[in-house]
Amino acid sequence: MKPAEYYQRDRKHHPPALSDDYKTSVTRSPRLALLSVENTLSEITGPVFGHDDIDPADNDLIGNYRHDGDPIGERIIVHGRVLDENARPVPETLVEVWQANASGRYRHRNDRYLAPLDPNFGGCGRTMTDENGYYFFRTIKPGPYPWRNWINSWRPAHIHFSVFGRAFAQRLITQLYFEGDPLIATCPIVQSIPDADAVQQLVARLDMNASIPLDTLAYRFDIVLRGRRSTLFENRLEGN
Amino acid sequence: MRDKLGYLKETPSQTAGPYVHIGLAPGAAGFEIFDRELGWEIAGPQARGERIRVEGRVSDGTGAPVKDVLIELWQANAEGVYAHPESGGEVEPGFRGWGRVISDFETGEWAFETVKPGAVPGRNGAIQAPHINLWIVARGINLGLNTRLYFADEQAANATDPVLNLIEQEHRRATLVATRQKKGLYRFDIRLQGEDETVFLDI
Repeated sequence: MKPAEYYQRDRKHHPPALSDDYKTSVTRSPRLALLSVENTLSEITGPVFGHDDIDPADNDLIGNYRHDGDPIGERIIVHGRVLDENARPVPETLVEVWQANASGRYRHRNDRYLAPLDPNFGGCGRTMTDENGYYFFRTIKPGPYPWRNWINSWRPAHIHFSVFGRAFAQRLITQLYFEGDPLIATCPIVQSIPDADAVQQLVARLDMNASIPLDTLAYRFDIVLRGRRSTLFENRLEGN
Repeated sequence: MRDKLGYLKETPSQTAGPYVHIGLAPGAAGFEIFDRELGWEIAGPQARGERIRVEGRVSDGTGAPVKDVLIELWQANAEGVYAHPESGGEVEPGFRGWGRVISDFETGEWAFETVKPGAVPGRNGAIQAPHINLWIVARGINLGLNTRLYFADEQAANATDPVLNLIEQEHRRATLVATRQKKGLYRFDIRLQGEDETVFLDI
């Protein structure tokens, strides 16, 4: 039995293209309806990456831009599993992350926030999930930072995540937030997600069992990608 | 988060933000960290078929260029085979068919070089015209936008393409067709909103 299409994406579970409080979305959101296209080979396939594509040390953001010492800030491990909507692990898939440093500053030519760069922190990493869909990073907890939306808008501390899955239809970019951060409730980007339970899926939980005593705290963050039908019947795809 | 049938819910999307380049194209953000950045080489030197370059710009609802956009593309090789185990065929060594491009921070112009894809199988025995699948993310885009790039010099194939034919307003089909500037050079402008808004896909 070969699987076929990916489950229809539940767009009510995602932020709408236009969310007025997130001002940049106003001119960057399509006004016309999306065209719904049943999956073809173009959507059920996607790029395949291997361990040769990355370096094993790329998942250590404490070490991958070190020049004369460790970066400043709270040392944390972020770990979890990439699953699909059928609760099956997604093995051997590429996970990429990027983030600000402990003071809320990105190493990016367009970031002009007055907080300092850290000479020992780059702020990007990547890894492949293992055969059980498990991944982990070591990094510094990012700081919150101000941004131009309302006059006094601050992003909660967050880490950007990019995940591939096995199909172009599963491609996803999202952000991890930290349990207990009071800025989550006031952020127009977070609150563009209409469903409060969906927001909770983006909140990483403090995981004392995974922390390293006298060294590093840990947060747990599982990611769910679209799942896939398994059926022999009706409307089968060419080639299946 | 499980529903009553035990299914998990997909993790909700969030915008890639203004600093997406740090994670996905750090060299472009202005610093070197990885020996190998992913997505620069799309087809590889051994790929067969016509070498092409595609240039374009993404503009917002006011007509201004989007200068911090990142586009991923996914395509078959010249024989219409994707570099994926379910595609049922072999591709040339080094052919991945996937790429990443970012716009110029000053002009918003972007470009990529690859080989022109072949026609690929569609549903129920149909043939899909040669096309490149695109996924567009940027600050202000809450969930990546999917669309397709077709080729103006594939008129006959485009006329029977099942996806183009799903577009009810026929004049809007042109928003998915790259114009041919000269041999091997195409232009594909994407309009997020407003007049001539590009057709985006819910796949």
